[in-house]
Parts: sequence; C-alpha cells; structure tokens
Amino acid sequence: MRSNRQNVIGLLFASPWILGMGIFLFYPVISSLYFSFTSYSILKPPVWIGLSNYQELMHDEIFLKALSNTLIICAASVPLTTALAICLALLLNTKRKGISLYRTLFYIPSLVPTVALAVLWLWIFNGQYGLLNEGLSKFGIKAVPWLTDPSWAKATLIMISMWGCGNAMVIYLAGLQDVPQSLYEAGELDGASAWQKTKSITLPMISPVIQFNVIMGIIGSLQTFALPFVMFPGGQPARSTYVVAMYLYDNAFLYQRMGYASAMGWVLFLATMILSLVSLRLGDRHVHYGGGA
Amino acid sequence: MLSKQQKILLTKALQLGALLVLAFLFALPLVWMVVTSLKPLDETMTSPPKWIPDKIQVSNYSDAVTYGSKELGYIPFLRYAQNSVLLAILCITGSVISNSLVGYAFGCLEWKGKRWLFALTLATMMVPGPILIVPLYKLFRDFGWIGTFRPLWVPTFFGSAFNIFLLRQFFMAIPKELSEAAVLDGASPFGVFLKVIIPLAKPALTVVAVFTFLWSWNDFLGPLLYLTDQRNFTVSLGLQAFQNQHTGTPWNLLMAASLMVIAPVIVVYFVAQKAFVQGISTTGLK
Repeated sequence: MRSNRQNVIGLLFASPWILGMGIFLFYPVISSLYFSFTSYSILKPPVWIGLSNYQELMHDEIFLKALSNTLIICAASVPLTTALAICLALLLNTKRKGISLYRTLFYIPSLVPTVALAVLWLWIFNGQYGLLNEGLSKFGIKAVPWLTDPSWAKATLIMISMWGCGNAMVIYLAGLQDVPQSLYEAGELDGASAWQKTKSITLPMISPVIQFNVIMGIIGSLQTFALPFVMFPGGQPARSTYVVAMYLYDNAFLYQRMGYASAMGWVLFLATMILSLVSLRLGDRHVHYGGGA
Repeated sequence: MLSKQQKILLTKALQLGALLVLAFLFALPLVWMVVTSLKPLDETMTSPPKWIPDKIQVSNYSDAVTYGSKELGYIPFLRYAQNSVLLAILCITGSVISNSLVGYAFGCLEWKGKRWLFALTLATMMVPGPILIVPLYKLFRDFGWIGTFRPLWVPTFFGSAFNIFLLRQFFMAIPKELSEAAVLDGASPFGVFLKVIIPLAKPALTVVAVFTFLWSWNDFLGPLLYLTDQRNFTVSLGLQAFQNQHTGTPWNLLMAASLMVIAPVIVVYFVAQKAFVQGISTTGLK
C-alpha cells in the first residue's frame, strides 16, 4: 500500500520537473499553437485570423524554398552520415592497436561548437585561399565555388555534417560490442567471408540502433539553424541554404510576424513526424529485434 | 585463387588503409586550423599553402582576444569567456541538482501518478525546438528577462527530460537493499538520497554535468535571442560577431579565437572521456 506520505514525498522530489514541464514546455507549446492562428507582433496583443497563416504558408514561395532546402539537406546528410558512421564503427570494431586513438580522432569533430565549426569550414572552403581548392588544384581540378554557387553551398553543409558523425559512431560502436561473439564463430564454421559476416550478422544485429540513429538524425537535421545562419547569412547564395528555422527566426524577430513564425514551427513539426514515422515503417521491415542487446 | 590466410591478410590491409585515409581526412581540418592560427596574416594567403609557417606567431592568440579598433569597437573576448564560464557553472549546478532529485523520484520512490508522469516526460522529448522559440521569447519578455542571463540558466533548475531519463536508469540499477538498510537505520527519504544514492551515482552525475556543459558552451540560438548587450555575449556569439565584423577577414586571428572556443570542450573530453562514451552509449541504446 502506498501511503499518502509516500505520494507527497514522491511529488516533492519530482516537483521541479512538474513545474518546469508546465512553465517551459506545456504553456509554450499551447501558446504557440494559439499564436499560429493569430496575427501577432509581440508589441500588440494577438488577433485571431483562423487558418490564414497556414494558407499563406502554402503559397509563400520563400517558405516553400526553405522547406525544400531543409528536406534536401536532410535527405542527403542523414543517409551519408549514417553510412559513414557505420563504416567507421565497423573499422574500429576490430582488435587492433591504437583503437582508442582513432576513436578519439573521429569523435572530436562532433564536439566542435557550431560557430567555431562554421568559421573553420568557411576558411577551408574559401574560394580564394581555401585549403580544399588548393588541394584539388594539385589534381588539376579548377577552383570550385563552394560558398558562392547555390548547389555547391548545400553540398558544403552536407559535407560538414558528415565530419560530425562521431557521435553516432560511438553509439554504433557500443551496439557492435553487444553482438554475441558466438554468431561470428558460427559464421566462420560455415565459411563466411568478412563481408558476408558483416552483411548477414552485424548489420541485422545492430539494425535497431541504426533505426534509432536515423530518426534522431532526421529530427536534428530538420531543425538545423546555427550552422547555415553563421556560414551563409540570409541563406546566400540565392537562398540555397535558407532553411525553415532561419526563415522562422527572420519572421519572428526581423519582420515581427510571431504568429506566422509559430505556424511555420508547426509545419516543421508535422514534417518531422511524417518523416520519422515513414522511416519507422520502412525500417520495421528490415529491423531485426531480439538477441544481442 | 587466394588462400584463406592470404584473404584474411588482404582484408586486414584494406581495413587498415581505409582507417588511415579516413583518420587523415578527419584530422586535416583541425590541423590546418592550428597551423593557420600560428601564421602571420600574409602567410595565410600563399599558394601553395604552407604547412609549416616561416615564422611562428604565437601572439595571434593574445591579439585575437584584444582584437578591434576604435571605429569598429573591440571584441572583449576574455569578457565573453567569463560570461560563458559563469553560465556553464550555473547550468551545471541547476542541472545536476534538479535532475538528480527528479531522477530519484522516478527511479527509486513509489508514488501515485509516477508511471504516467514518466511516460509524459519521455513524450516531451519529441517537442521540437523551433515551436518553442516564439512562446519562450514571449514568456521571458513577460518576466522582464530579455537582455539578462536568466533565460539561459533558470530553466536548468527545473530539469530536462533527457537527463532525468539518464539518471533514472542509473538510479534504478542501484541495489534496493542499500536504501532499505539506510531506512532501517532511521534515514529519511532525503537522507537516503543524499547519503546512499548520490555518492553511488557519481559517474552518472558526471555524465549529466558534462552534457550540460557541452550544451551550454555550444548554445548559439539562446544567447542570440536573449542577450542584447554586447558585453553580455557568450564565446559562441562573440565569435560570430568577430567573424561577421570584417570584410578582409584576419583568418589567423579567427582561427586562434575559434581554437580558444574549442579548447575547453576538448579538455573536458579528455578529463571525462569515460563518462562521455558511457553516457552516449547508455542513452543511445537502453
């Protein structure tokens, strides 16, 4: 039997979070939903305008451009980052000397604070003195306009996200170490090659981890803000790096259109949910549960 | 046809080759950053690029923190660092205290409503950041907190779903007998928390502290929204202002400044390496 005293004690310990959840999460989420149906510039009280914000969003070319930029970056960076992180984890999951050194090396880029990351890559991708173009010129490739050409600018952001795959790599590595050794021994008895073992044992065994990481990657990628904001002010060149979070920020704090910005947040949330559910569904056909972990 | 022995050898060689190439590519940007930060300005713009500067200019680091001019205004980098450190200390304090209390409630105590409140807590992790930007700004504006540090640290004293989850998992793994023995000795629930749980939970609390530090040090959007006075800027915001200010960018100084922003994170990584790996893998998997 739980006594009243126990209930009070439990609630007391949980009270910071109960308050925090109410003040910093539920209240804001509900007011955001309300604002999304209003015309609101922080200085004057909100005025109800029904679905107008959402209708406007559907015809707002800048928004649609920002949404497609966001989706393109997500569609390219999530699979590439996932593939790279898995490759690194597989390479590190061998009994080799100096593994912890390699692990540190691959992991550290993911720790670099975003603004420093942006500054570093602005320098490396610099069209005139950048290391990358200098390096490419050695192979006879002429200068690539990484930062000034609309399609290359997106590629730049995707490459940077790949450099930061170390966080996912560490998670995969932990997953790999949970794969029972007996499975590999059985595979060896059947004469499986290294590649066959990877394909038929390792990847299925870590598939739940892959699914988890892909979904976290989608959520994170759709919310990207700081990197393009610092590297490409205003989403230059030609708004090719203008992502939804940047347009939301500009609407809220530059144009004082807080209601419109809120509606944008909800559309982004909807996109996140849809993509997460799709990858959950797609994944479930291939994800192998049970055993291992 | 290769023999089995040869095949294994070949695979090993290929793996090692791939590992070395990737390691080289991952390290290159950081090495280049260090090299650039030690060059005089004119040497940053040579073709082909110089890997070993003719003249090593360590003074770039001190120049970077006092960079500026009368017209443009100085960039008080040390002041930014002070602000960032102060904020990190406040956030870590808040986060460790609040999350361990709440984690204890969810992990070790029995009370009505615990289950659904915990489910709700997990569900809040789905709430996307962009939705909260406008209403949180309004909330802090109503509090009169715009232009102060408060929006950046006060919320950490109320816990966060991710850290609560992490600590709950850890607390649950502590054998019940230990708490029960303390209760028999007459300890109150708070006594058990303070004398039994907390001392045993040091590794998990380190993980929370480290993650909170990273989050606070790295935060860019928060300071961008809430800090209005340049003297209150954090290092991230200050670095962006530095980068934004010039057309003829002094890359050597910018790299020195960026490295100074990165350095504390790397130091924390090496000091708390175990906590890092453990924290990431626990929250990622279980």
